[in-house]
Formats: sequence, C-alpha cells, structure tokens
Amino acid sequence: MKVAYWPGCVSRGFTPELHGSMAKVAPLLDIELVELDRANCCGCGVIAEHNQELADTLNARTFALAQQVQGAELMMNICSTCQGAQSECQERLDANAQYRAHVNETLAGEGLSYEKGLTNKNFLWLLVEEIGLDKLRSMVKRPLTNLKVGPFYGCYIVRPRNRLGIDSENQRDQYLERLIDALGGTVIEYAGMRKCCGFPIITMNKEASLKQAGMHLGDALDADADCLVTPCPLCHLNLDMQQPLAEKVVGRELQMPVLHLPQLVGLALGLEPKELGMSRHVVKPTSVIDWSSAVVGAAA
Amino acid sequence: MAETHRPPEQFTLRLRRYDPESGDAPYWDEHTIELEPHRSVLEGILQAKAKFDGSIGIRCSCRAAICGSCGVRINGEPGLACHTHLDHARAYAKDGVIEVEPMGNMPVIKDMIVDMDAVHWKKVKRVTPWLLNEGPQPEREHIVPRESMVDITQTMACIQCGACVSDCLAMEVDPGFIGPAALAKAYRFVGDPRDEEQRERLIDLSQDPLGIYDCTHCFKCVQACPKDVNPMGQIMRLRRIAGSDQKIVDQNNGHRHEETITTLIKGYGLLHEAEMLPRSYGGNSWFGKFHPAAGKELLSSLPVVLRALVKRKVNPKIAMFGHKIPRQDLNAVKKIYEKVESRPTRYELNLYVTGYDEDVEEPVASVVAGNAQSVPQSTEGSTN
Repeated sequence: MKVAYWPGCVSRGFTPELHGSMAKVAPLLDIELVELDRANCCGCGVIAEHNQELADTLNARTFALAQQVQGAELMMNICSTCQGAQSECQERLDANAQYRAHVNETLAGEGLSYEKGLTNKNFLWLLVEEIGLDKLRSMVKRPLTNLKVGPFYGCYIVRPRNRLGIDSENQRDQYLERLIDALGGTVIEYAGMRKCCGFPIITMNKEASLKQAGMHLGDALDADADCLVTPCPLCHLNLDMQQPLAEKVVGRELQMPVLHLPQLVGLALGLEPKELGMSRHVVKPTSVIDWSSAVVGAAA
Repeated sequence: MAETHRPPEQFTLRLRRYDPESGDAPYWDEHTIELEPHRSVLEGILQAKAKFDGSIGIRCSCRAAICGSCGVRINGEPGLACHTHLDHARAYAKDGVIEVEPMGNMPVIKDMIVDMDAVHWKKVKRVTPWLLNEGPQPEREHIVPRESMVDITQTMACIQCGACVSDCLAMEVDPGFIGPAALAKAYRFVGDPRDEEQRERLIDLSQDPLGIYDCTHCFKCVQACPKDVNPMGQIMRLRRIAGSDQKIVDQNNGHRHEETITTLIKGYGLLHEAEMLPRSYGGNSWFGKFHPAAGKELLSSLPVVLRALVKRKVNPKIAMFGHKIPRQDLNAVKKIYEKVESRPTRYELNLYVTGYDEDVEEPVASVVAGNAQSVPQSTEGSTN
C-alpha cells in the first residue's frame, strides 16, 4: 500500500535510527512511503499552548500536503506525539466547517486546502488495521521466541480515547501487546506501560521528569522485561537517552534497552540489530542482540 | 421511551479493603450480588454492604452523578460508582469480576473512602477559589457578556469528585503539584471578567514550580473526568493567557520553553532539538546557551550529549545546525505565523461550547478564551 508518510522531526534528528529502521521495514511489508518532506513540525502540543489557531493551521498544511499525494491510501506517522497533536488539531478542523474555511484561507496563499476527513494512522495502527496481525504473523522470519518485551505507548496515542478512536471495536490501547504476541514474543505487563515518560516537563521539572522515566523502567525491570518497545521517539529520548540520569534520580541500575516499534518489527522480519540502528542507542540493547544471535545459532 | 426490562443477574465484585487503624495490610474481598444489569456499581456495593458485610466503607450521597462523593477506581479506571452500569463494568473487567478500589494520589481513610481534605480540597483552596473584586460594587447586578460566562461553564461543570486528582501522573511523582482539579478551578476565575486579579493569579500560578508548568500533558485527567471538564485543556488555556497574552516569564522555563519551540519551528520548519534545552533555560535566542542558567544545565547534560554523539545517535551536523524544510516551504510556514500572529486577538475554538457540525442544525460561531475572540461569522465558502 502507498502512504503519505510523516516521519516527524525527532525521527530525523535525535533518533535517526527510527526513521532509518522504518525505511528498512516498509518494503518488507509492501508499504510504499511517500515522504512528506515539505511538511512542518506538528508543534508537539506546545505550539497549541502558545496559539491554538497557529497549531491548527500548521497541521492543516501537513494534512493538505498529504491529501495531494496521488494514490496514497492514508497518511502514516511514526510518532505517538505527532499522532496525538495532529489528531487534536484535526478534531477541531473536522468539527466545524466555518473554522476549517477560516484556516484554509490562510493556506490559500500557498494554493493548499484541507478537506475534512483525512485518515492519519500511526504505524502501529496501520500494522493492526491495514496489514492485519494474521498476515504479519505469516511474514515473520525470526519469531521473537522467549524475548520478553514490555510495551510503552506514550500518552498521546492512548488518551483521550474518543479523539483517538479507541473503543471496544478498535482497542488501539492494546495493539502493542497483540503485536508483540503476533511477532512471537512474550508480553510483559507492568504498571507504567500507558503512563507518561516525563519528557514534556524535562526542561521545567527535571527531577519529576526523570523520576517518571526511572520508575517505569524500574517497574519493567522488576517484571523481568528484556526490553521495551515504543511507538514514540520522544518517550525514547527520556527512556533511553536520559536513562543514565534517570538511574541517578531513582537510585538504581536500570540498563533497560528501549526499541523503536519498526526495530522490533524489523527484527522479527529477519533484519539484523545493526542494520536497524540498535547500536545507536544510549543503552545498548545487549539482551536483544544476544537473543538474536542465539536464535541464529539455534537455527544453524 | 419504553425500556426493555432485563431480569436481575449475578455480578461478582472484588473490593479493595483497608483499615489503616487495624494495622493489617490491604486485601481483596469478593461478594456476589444480584441486580438488573443497568443498575450501578454503587448499588452493587451497597447491596453487598447490606447483605454480607456492614463494615464495607464507601462514601455516597446523591446516587445521580451530581454530588461527586463516590469517586473510585473501577477495573483500574477512575469513575463514579453511581454512574457506572454493572454490565458495562463487567464487560471491561479482566476476568469477569468487577474490581473496585479507592482513588489514587490520596490517603485511604477506609476501604473506598479517601481523604479528600488532605489533598484535593487543600489544593483547591490553594488557587483562591472565589472572585477577587474589591472595587466599588455596582448598584445593580454585574452585566457579564454571555460568551464570557459560556466560556467558563466547562470548568463550572466540575463536581469535585477527585477522579482527575486520583489519576494525575505528575502528582504521582510530585505530590505537591497543584493538580488538574484546582487548576481547572483557577481558570474559572481567570476567565471571569468580574475578577480583578487575573494577572496576579497568572503570575502566581506560573511562578510556582508546582503550578501550570508542572503538568506533564498526559491527558489522564481529560480521560478521567466524568463531567467533560477537560482539566488539562484548562491548564493549557492558562498557559496561553499567561504566556502568549500576558507575556509572563516564569522561573520554571515554562514560557521560555513554549516560545523556544514556537520560534524554532518558525525558523526551521522542524524542531531543532539541540537548541531546545539552552534556549529554554537561558533565553530564546541563539545566545541563550551562554546564559549562566543554560551553562549550568548544559554542563550537567554534557555526559548525555557526548554519549549520544559517540553512539552516532545524534548526527553532529544536525546537532549544530538543525534540520530544515525546503526554503519555499519555510517561507510558507513563516507566512502562516505572520498571518495568525498578526491578528489583534487570538482565535480559539472550544468544541465543548460549539459542538460538532453534525450535532447542530447550523454551525455556530465558536467562543473564546481569555483574550481570544470568536471565529468570524462570515468566512468564505465552506470546504465541506
């Protein structure tokens, strides 16, 4: 399938291994990525706290660019925060024709216009709803047997439920568990899996921020996880890049590898940890690398 | 409307029991009750109390979702016991047993009863929850524009049940955080044109390290609220009025952080992560990194940055110069900024007030927050 692909900023900045692994995984899943390289940052919720109309207009621009991609079935993102921030703006734009016209007037200078009803799905949602877990299961080359994976969603992709289309039919807040299971892994449930990583307050209240990250990593460790997986690069920054500082704040050694969603999928589809950029993490995913070589060893 | 009669069914409740005075640890207690499926979890608990164990502790009064007394956690989710149907609760229960616990972030007095005074009410009092208006009283009533009152009705819908406090993730690690309920209450007065101390309130709530900038933006309170008060949304409105309109620069880097991200995206089209930290601490310009506050922070973050560079997690070129969208697109983004920011007042759409197009006969003009203004009535042809 062909998608208008919004990688977000952080996946091309401070977590380049995310964008890179998505590019590796897409062809294996028969996803054609048409990158929205002209689009702007979603504002990560912060522009909306500065000026709501500005955030709505900037995202309407991205949506309009996505709607121009010929043959694309939908827009796809790889960031929980982009999903949440964009869904919030889209909710307002779709709710009120008058407001939409008002925003489109600003976009008209560039010859763009957003039409109500764009489908914007995170890679996680696309995997479950468009590709389907049964099909994915059949594509697995290296089942994640005995790999204990803890899901970490990121707030923006699980709340609020109405805005994100989470209900008894679309249990999007349980997709990570189902996905890990479909890839052959063992799901590790722990207290923090749908909680906040702390990233939004890292510059305002560093201690509380790192305490949040450290607490969830510690809970996952206590639940015996080998690694975490997250669809959110901002969570990755706080959980992986800041992990050494989080260790100091919570006063315990953590050493918990955190994988990006496409990395975990890629691993199951037979790609090697290195080509998925796992050597670029601050916390080296030793347990995952060891596991992958052990699996290869067992197969040989 | 005629309701189809459904016969009583059996439901099993698993209640979290705890009596701090007993010295015993908390434990789970199961009771099977029989009621029509549309009856509430509260009625189920009361039946268990009447039939099996009179010592079960639960606070309740109106039984109609208006007094806010019976806030609990049902299957781990916050809610009012009187406002949750038994069949609905069972459908969401992990093993078919409805689990009821006391709310979080507040000490338990007994079983499902928590100490609201020690946390919730203390925090509400913290925000001076009454009108501050010392001026001469008008001879007749205050005449307040309708839009202004409609704007604050959302926060007035709060029934003080504490569900948002119970679930607040900032409070979980930082118990002093003023929190969602109290800050939503603060907006009720900041948004009221009769209040004379709007700016003083905003300075107070911005400067307090436990104030509006301590919210982690996790949407827990938005999800928890049984009355759609949208506490986090109200906190963001307080930030907009404090930062964008009143230009209050706080000691917590809150306003600088917001200005930094807004400016960087205007300049690059994308987020320039490496500039975020020094500017948030030191001031929103390239020179921010040379400010003593930024220097101290950068120094403490140096090991993190170096580790990231060594691991090639961060591309040094991007760390130095950021990444940009093509020039033509950057110009378009700048034009959007110029147009939107040059408006005499901010536009803000509140869906709580306007509703959704399909819900109303005619699209209604939106309203208003703080200094914001409604969307103009006459816009050019709708795209819909």
